[in-house]
This record gives sequence, C-alpha cells and structure tokens, in this order.
Amino acid sequence: MAVTTLDSDASQPARASLLYDPVIRGIVFQVLLALLILYLVVSGIANAAANLANAGIASGFGFLGERAGFDIGQTLIPYTSDSSYQRAFFVGLLNTIFVAAIGIACATVLGFIVGIARLSKNFLVRKVASVYVETLRNIPLLLQLLFWYKAVLSTLPAPRGSLELFNASVLLNNRGLIIPQWLPEAGAGIVYASIAIGIGAAIVIARWAKRRQMATGQAFPTIRMALGLVIGLPLVVLFLMGTPFTPQYPELKGFNFVGGSTLRPEFMALLLGLSLYTAAFIAEIVRAGILAVSKGQTEAAYSLGIRPNTTMRLVIIPQALRVIIPPLTSQYLNLTKNSSLAIAVGYPDLVSVFSGTVANQTGQAVEVISITMLVYLSLSLLTSAFMNWFNSRVALVER
Amino acid sequence: MSDTHSEADLATTKLAFVRDDFIEQQEAPTREGGIGQWIRVNLFASVPDTILTVVMILFLAWILPPLLNWAFFNAVWDGANREACLGEDRGACWAFVEAKFAQFMYGRYPLGERWRVDLTGILLIAGTIPMLIPRVPFKRLNAIFLLIVFPVVAYVLLVGGYFGLPVVVTDRWGGLLVTLVVAIVGIVVSLPLGVILALGRRSRLPFVKYASIVFIEFWRGVPLITILFMSSVMLPLFLPEGVSFDKLLRALVGVAFFASAYMAEVIRGGLQAIPKGQYEAADAMGLGFWQKMRLIILPQALTMVIPGIVNTFIGLFKDTSLVLIIGLFDLLGIVQLGFTDPNWSSPQTAVTGFAFAALVYFIFCFGMSKYSIYMENRLDTSHR
Repeated sequence: MAVTTLDSDASQPARASLLYDPVIRGIVFQVLLALLILYLVVSGIANAAANLANAGIASGFGFLGERAGFDIGQTLIPYTSDSSYQRAFFVGLLNTIFVAAIGIACATVLGFIVGIARLSKNFLVRKVASVYVETLRNIPLLLQLLFWYKAVLSTLPAPRGSLELFNASVLLNNRGLIIPQWLPEAGAGIVYASIAIGIGAAIVIARWAKRRQMATGQAFPTIRMALGLVIGLPLVVLFLMGTPFTPQYPELKGFNFVGGSTLRPEFMALLLGLSLYTAAFIAEIVRAGILAVSKGQTEAAYSLGIRPNTTMRLVIIPQALRVIIPPLTSQYLNLTKNSSLAIAVGYPDLVSVFSGTVANQTGQAVEVISITMLVYLSLSLLTSAFMNWFNSRVALVER
Repeated sequence: MSDTHSEADLATTKLAFVRDDFIEQQEAPTREGGIGQWIRVNLFASVPDTILTVVMILFLAWILPPLLNWAFFNAVWDGANREACLGEDRGACWAFVEAKFAQFMYGRYPLGERWRVDLTGILLIAGTIPMLIPRVPFKRLNAIFLLIVFPVVAYVLLVGGYFGLPVVVTDRWGGLLVTLVVAIVGIVVSLPLGVILALGRRSRLPFVKYASIVFIEFWRGVPLITILFMSSVMLPLFLPEGVSFDKLLRALVGVAFFASAYMAEVIRGGLQAIPKGQYEAADAMGLGFWQKMRLIILPQALTMVIPGIVNTFIGLFKDTSLVLIIGLFDLLGIVQLGFTDPNWSSPQTAVTGFAFAALVYFIFCFGMSKYSIYMENRLDTSHR
C-alpha cells in the first residue's frame, strides 16, 4: 500500500504554490532586477539628453579633433596649444604611464628593502623599518603629496641660490631638479647596439643553460653571466669608443636654465609621494610573503646540506614569490590609479589634463569622464587578466 | 661497508655502560640574559650587523635632533598672529593650529550651533566604545543603535529643520566634521550593500551574478577621483530637471558606492572560506536562503574577515581626503585653506598644518589597525 502511494506521489509531484518554486522565483526576481536597471539606464539617458539640450551642450566625440588651445607643462610627445584635444589626451595618458612606470620601479626597490629590513635580526633596522611602514601607511596619500609639493619642494631656494650637488652638475631649486643631459656623438649608435646585443645574448645563454641543466644536471652561473653581458658589455664598448657622449651641464642664463633636463617639482612631488607610500604597502606584502614560507622548508634545505644563500635563492624566494606577486600586482594597479591625484599638485596626467582642463573647456563632461574611466578600467581589467594567468601558472598542482 | 656494519652491531650489543665516577665540575654557563646579552644578540651579532647598527645610529643622530627641535624645543606654542612664528630659528608654528583649532574641527558651522556637533560626537563615542570592547554585553542592541538609530539622530542634529533646530546648510560644514561624516556614511552604507553585492556575486541566478560582477568591477577599476568627478559633474545630468542635491550628498554617494565594491570583495573572501558542509547542513535543516545566510553563513563569514573589513575602513578614512579636490572642505581642505590667511603666513605654517592633519589621520588609522590586529589575535582559533 505504502509503496504504491509513494509511487503515485513521485509520478505526480505535490503541487506546491508557484510562490515557493525556486525556478519561478529566480526568474521573477531576475526579471524585476533587469527592469529596474533598464529603467535607471533609460531614464538617466533621457534626463541627460534633455539636460544637455537645455544647457546647449553638444554631445558626441566630435570635439576630439578640435584645437585644444592650452599648454601642458610636461609633454613626452610634441604638443603645442594648436594641437587637438585628442593629442592632449595622449599627452596626459603618456604622462600617467611615465610617472606610474618610474613610481613602480622605485616603490618595488624600496618596498623590498624595507620589507626585508622588517624581518632583520638587528633591532634598530627592524624598528626603523616598522616606523617607516606604520607612519606612511596611516597618512592619506593626498596629504603626503601636498606636503612634498607645498611644504618641501616649493620652499627650496630660487634658481639663483640653487642647492648644488655633485660639483654643481645637478641643481636643486624651486623650479625642480636639473640634471645634466648627455648628448650622443658619432659612435653612440654602437653603444646602443651593444646594449641590445648584451640583452639578446643573455636571453640565449639563459635558455641554453636551463636546457643543459635539465638534461645533464650541470649548473651554470647564469645570473653572473647575464649581468656581465647586460651591464659589462656596454660599459666596455663605451670606453673602447672613448665615451661618445658629451655632458651638457645646466647653466643659469638670464632667468632660465640652458642645457640639462629638468624634473619639474610637480613630477618630483608626485613621484616621491607615490613611491614612498606604495613602498610601505609593498614592504608589508614582502614581509608576509617571506613569513608565509614555513620554517620546515628552510630546515629541510639545510638538512640536505644546501648553503644558506642557495636555500634563500632556490627554496625560500620561489615560494615567497608565489604569495607576493598577486598582491604586488594589485599594488602596482593602485599606484597607477593613485597617480590620478596628480591633479592636486598640478602634474599634467590623464585626469588632470583630460577630466580637468578639457572637460572644463568643452563642457562635455559625460564623454570626457567616460573616456577617462574607460582607460583606467581597461588598465585594471588587463592587470587582473594577467594576474589570473600568472596564478594559474604558478598555482600548486596537487595530484 | 660490511665492516662498518659489524662494528656498529658490536657497539650496540655491548651497550651496558654505567658511570661510576662524578662528572668534573664545569664553569657556570655564560649569562643568557640581561641587557648585555640582549645588545649582543640584537645589535652586534656579526660584523655586517655591527656595521648596520652604526649606520642606523648615524642616521637617527642625523634625523632625530632636528626633528625634535622643530616639533618641540624651537616650536612656537602660543602667539596671536604670524609675528610669533617669523624668524630663522623658529620651529613648528603650533600657535597657528591653536588659533584655527575650532575651524579645523567644525569648519564654518555657526558658532551658536556647535553644541549639536559636540553632542553628535559624544553619542558616536558612547555608541562605539562599548561596541569595541568584546566583554560588554548587548552587542545586538548596540549595533542597532549604531547602524540605525545613530544615523537618524545625527542627521536631525547636524542638518536640523526638526524640533525647532535651525537648518545648517552643508556648505558651512567643514573640517574633521566633514571627514567623519563622509567616512561614517561610507562605512554604514558599504557594509550592508557590500553583503548584498557579495551574495549577488555568488548567486546561482545568472543575471543577478553578472549585474553584481559588473557593478563591483566597475567601481574597483576606476580611481576614486574620477568617481568624485563623475558624481559631482555627471550625476546632476542624469537626474530629472529640477531635482538637485547638494555637493556633500553627491560626494557621499560616490564614496559609498566605491567603498561598497571593495567591501563586497572582502566579504566574498569570507563567504568562500566557509566550508561547503555549512551550506549543506543549513539546507538539510530546511532553512530558506535568507535564514541560512542570516543564521549560519554570514555570522561565520563576517567574523572571519573582520581584519579585512577594518582595512577597508582605514582605506576609506584616508580616501575621504580626496573630497577636497571637488571643493569640499574636509580636514585637509580646511587646513590648506588656513594657509591662505595672511595673518598666519609664515615659512612654518604649511609644514605645521600638514603635520597636524597627518597626526589626526594617523591617530584614527593607527587606532583602527591596532584594533584589527587585536581582534585577529582574539579570533585566531588555530593551534599554536
């Protein structure tokens, strides 16, 4: 009896209320959400169109070809006030990439030094590193940027009383840091070529050495060899050619400096602020990464008779890097995004040039800010794509 | 090989050994403690270590005396105007901070109404301190007070317009008041919104899932400054004509969404760390989705990520300083505004102002980070 009842139940499921059917509920819920989002988007666009029409602001991207009519303090590509808005966009974008790239390099070096110093056995070194990290991490970046710009760099002496470093070849004043320029002479091309050859040869040798070690087990001093090729070879060529570069030292003529290249105070403030701030975060990541490698790994390596230096290089660092690299990449991304604070110190980066000046001049805030956001968004999506790729490459494969 | 084997066997067989004389008295071991030992181990363990120590001492000797002289010994502690802070050998101009202190705290909030700000501050402290001490009971009531009652009361007190309180427009707000308002609104909004977004991202409904992902990745992918530009320039465009809201509120919307996206990722980390068995057990008990989340999953997930949540709060607190770029006078903005006062223009004014602002931010952020470390240790259930 009971069995037949069960069977009939199974063939004809009890009719639950539609209200409690998870599938139907899910569909209803999603349709409602979609309608809500659709309503917000459509009404937003309609309102924006009406408001723009009322204010008499043109829409569309036609403005990109128009004459910009303003000057930019630092340009990596030729730009005048007669250039187009599009050109101004690329100038800003390149400035952002420029400061971010140099900032990332400085922050990484400093961050690794401080991070390792925090694990030092030396009490003083450890404490100084912790004070550095705790102070810089807990003060807003914007405050630090303004501090460097307004309280430090702008109180430097005027050009006449410049601080002279390295026998007056480097000058520091409130116009910025002025360093000598090295003008290439005939034969400089050979030096450049030797750098390329050095790098190429280093890559080839590294591959060959790795293949040989895989096949025969014989080690090869790859790192020393590569350093010699990349740094030593160009130096040797440089001296053989009789240094085909003439230094051009900065000289004050009238009110301006002639010769040398200038790092403007805006750039220096931004670079200092970004590197010092991000270095504090990188230091913490490095420290956590090294601590994450369990002590047993070191002990196991020692018990196999591996020397401490080799243990560090072959056992600890490869495992620590697996922990360090993902958060490190996101710090690099943060540094790039934070470089948008350039607007506070007047460094002409993407946000300052494009979302600031161009948006004010054209009034087309929607287009301009959307383009800016799109640039940063693609940068960050590219970075996370790289991170996923890297993670899948280095992730531990268990069985 | 075989020889050594037999030798070893021999050694083990005639193991019986009884010592019948005393061990000779040995010298007392060198002291393994005290200051001398500590200095030897921590500062002069080896030659490179000694060199490092000397370099560090030289560095500190170079940096500390001028710093202390500037901040304390040569500092100007009181004075009526810039005259006091002028001079070659003068250090920090604390008199400037003293003179502007009220402005740094309240901005241009009307003098007669400042008790309202004070009262709000007292309520906030009274609500927060018992929340932070784990032993104090009534956590649930306390949380309801902080997250629901306090925001309403604070709104009535600060904005006014009810119970005969005159309205104070937000243009007059400033200083630490604005910094705290932006930070606290960000915190109060981002926590529930972050939970919803995190649940949405893990939802089985595809539309909900992708809508959450797009929302989160969008806000996390762009710098806060462009978001503030967007909310201050673009947001008014998207609203029907005639509807306008004030500058502070627009900044609040931007900051709150921005913080929610980061919070969602932190909470998602917690949700992912909950073992699958917990979900299945809740399902087996016949709990519905919201019951399961409220009673089983979220309490565990949220406790697990308290350090991450606090870190997001610290980031948010520091990021509030960005509102000065869209023309609001938060703490940093009002300190900077003080530099333009001709009464106080001296070479030391800017440095002193920044030092004061940095100190205030530092106290808040460092306090939060120390508290998160304390909670981390308290909640650490691993065996050590």
